[in-house]
Amino acid sequence: MHAKQRHALPGFGLTLGVCLAYLGLIVLLPLAALAWKSASLGAGEFWAIVTAPRALAAYRVTFGCAALAGLVNLVFGPLLAWVLVRYRFPGRALVDALVDLPFALPTAVAGITLTALYASNGPLGRVLEAHGWKIAYTPSGITVALVFVSLPFLVRSVQPVLEHLEPDVEEAAATLGAGRLTTLWRVVLPTLWPAILSGFALAFARALGEYGSVIFIAGNMPMVSEIAPLLITAKLDQYDYAGATAIALVLLAGSFATLLALNLLQLVTVRRRSAGAA
Amino acid sequence: MNAVRLPSNALRDPWWLRAPLLLLALAFVALFLVLPLFAVFGYAFEKGLDFYLASLVDEDARAAIRLTLLVTAIAVPANTLFGIAAAWLITRFSFPGRGLLLSLIDLPFAVSPVIAGLIYVLLFGAQGLFAPWLAAHDVKIIFAVPGIVLATIFVTFPFVARELIPLMQAQGSEQEQAAITLGAGGFAMFWRVVLPKIGWGLAYGVILCNARAIGEFGAVSVVSGHIRGLTNTMPLHVEILYNEYQRTAAFAVASLLALLALATLALKQLVGWRMRRATPADGNRP
Repeated sequence: MHAKQRHALPGFGLTLGVCLAYLGLIVLLPLAALAWKSASLGAGEFWAIVTAPRALAAYRVTFGCAALAGLVNLVFGPLLAWVLVRYRFPGRALVDALVDLPFALPTAVAGITLTALYASNGPLGRVLEAHGWKIAYTPSGITVALVFVSLPFLVRSVQPVLEHLEPDVEEAAATLGAGRLTTLWRVVLPTLWPAILSGFALAFARALGEYGSVIFIAGNMPMVSEIAPLLITAKLDQYDYAGATAIALVLLAGSFATLLALNLLQLVTVRRRSAGAA
Repeated sequence: MNAVRLPSNALRDPWWLRAPLLLLALAFVALFLVLPLFAVFGYAFEKGLDFYLASLVDEDARAAIRLTLLVTAIAVPANTLFGIAAAWLITRFSFPGRGLLLSLIDLPFAVSPVIAGLIYVLLFGAQGLFAPWLAAHDVKIIFAVPGIVLATIFVTFPFVARELIPLMQAQGSEQEQAAITLGAGGFAMFWRVVLPKIGWGLAYGVILCNARAIGEFGAVSVVSGHIRGLTNTMPLHVEILYNEYQRTAAFAVASLLALLALATLALKQLVGWRMRRATPADGNRP
């Protein structure tokens, strides 16, 4: 009965046609071009491109800085979410809205601004370099840009979980004599881990592909501070389409593996939750 | 949600915990979010108002603004129509491959912007798959406006569908079915029943899609060719000015984009607030 009613709604053929045509033309056909182009390379040639020293260095910088930025946000993301959900202070709504700034601010704007701030003559760069820490035009600069870009992912994945956290467990812990720090560490934090990890995975996947905010501050020295997306554009500038495609496939594999791990994690969490409820 | 919103004493962090956590969080926000935001405007006005205005009315800047608006005016409506169609299809019908379709819609978010540009170069570039055909028909896509439009559509592809699908799933289809049963045509049902129901969610998705379309850099940079006055969008114009050591002019154009970001955040808050207010009321309706 229900199934029959659902089919009574109009528009199935039309929306299916629109979706398949649009998806096929905009997303699937172009992505298939990656496979087409890489097929023009032999396996040996492909391997030589993706394991060239410059490419390996680019992966190291990309994956390393993305992981480091994720770790920084692993601390500050949940902290910000906690402060926003549990504390009341003037300007809270403003801070809450500002957390999405990295989503809304075009990456090129973020890139030139962070560079101007952290360059040797910038207000932050001057102070940090006086203490022997050079940020702009080093991998540290790449990490700073990625921290900026990926912050919202961590905050926004933890925040809703905190908002819906049942208070009884914390109250029980307090009643049983646990100190506040113990309660936070042993009771609240464990319930947040799935959300924290999924935020980390989203942040990491985004950071792997990030381009606009990074290239201004990176310095872009091959082998030192060149990210994989920049290596792709460098190969494109030399009309080395096949080489660019090979690096792109490695980068895509990295993002997909991250998101796949995230899906598995969510599956395990849901299973464990339903097992706990049963 | 519940009446237990404000923390009881057991849920309240003691002051010696609250003060340092709050300070640490606010210091982080000040350093990473507030300071860059102010810096954009600070640098934009470092040579005064006249220089600022001159940078904006510069011929290349105006061409970049026009191109960005044109690209956005194509990409956002296209993705909005697709988003509505996809959400209707996925939330109102069950069919084999539905789950796959759902993940394919999200696919562009997992693709680096640079790769989003690259795939169109592989198809339409000088050595691309369709290069012979394009050359024979004298059509230019890469290093021209169509390529920029395509790359922008790709990176903003999921925004509207992504907002609408969970919303329409939660709302259910009783009202649409009632409309159809009462004899409404498909178009009338969509216009009079569906659109009012999804309005705020749709607005939310369009706002996000619009912000990304205007600000997209990586994908557009790969396909644009950076031809001044012709294929330069606002973010690319910012890059060129910055690389030519015209820092103040670069920040002047960047400040327009930052204003757009601020407007996006404000609208997002407003629409999010309206959405939360609208949802329970809709849910209570029979």
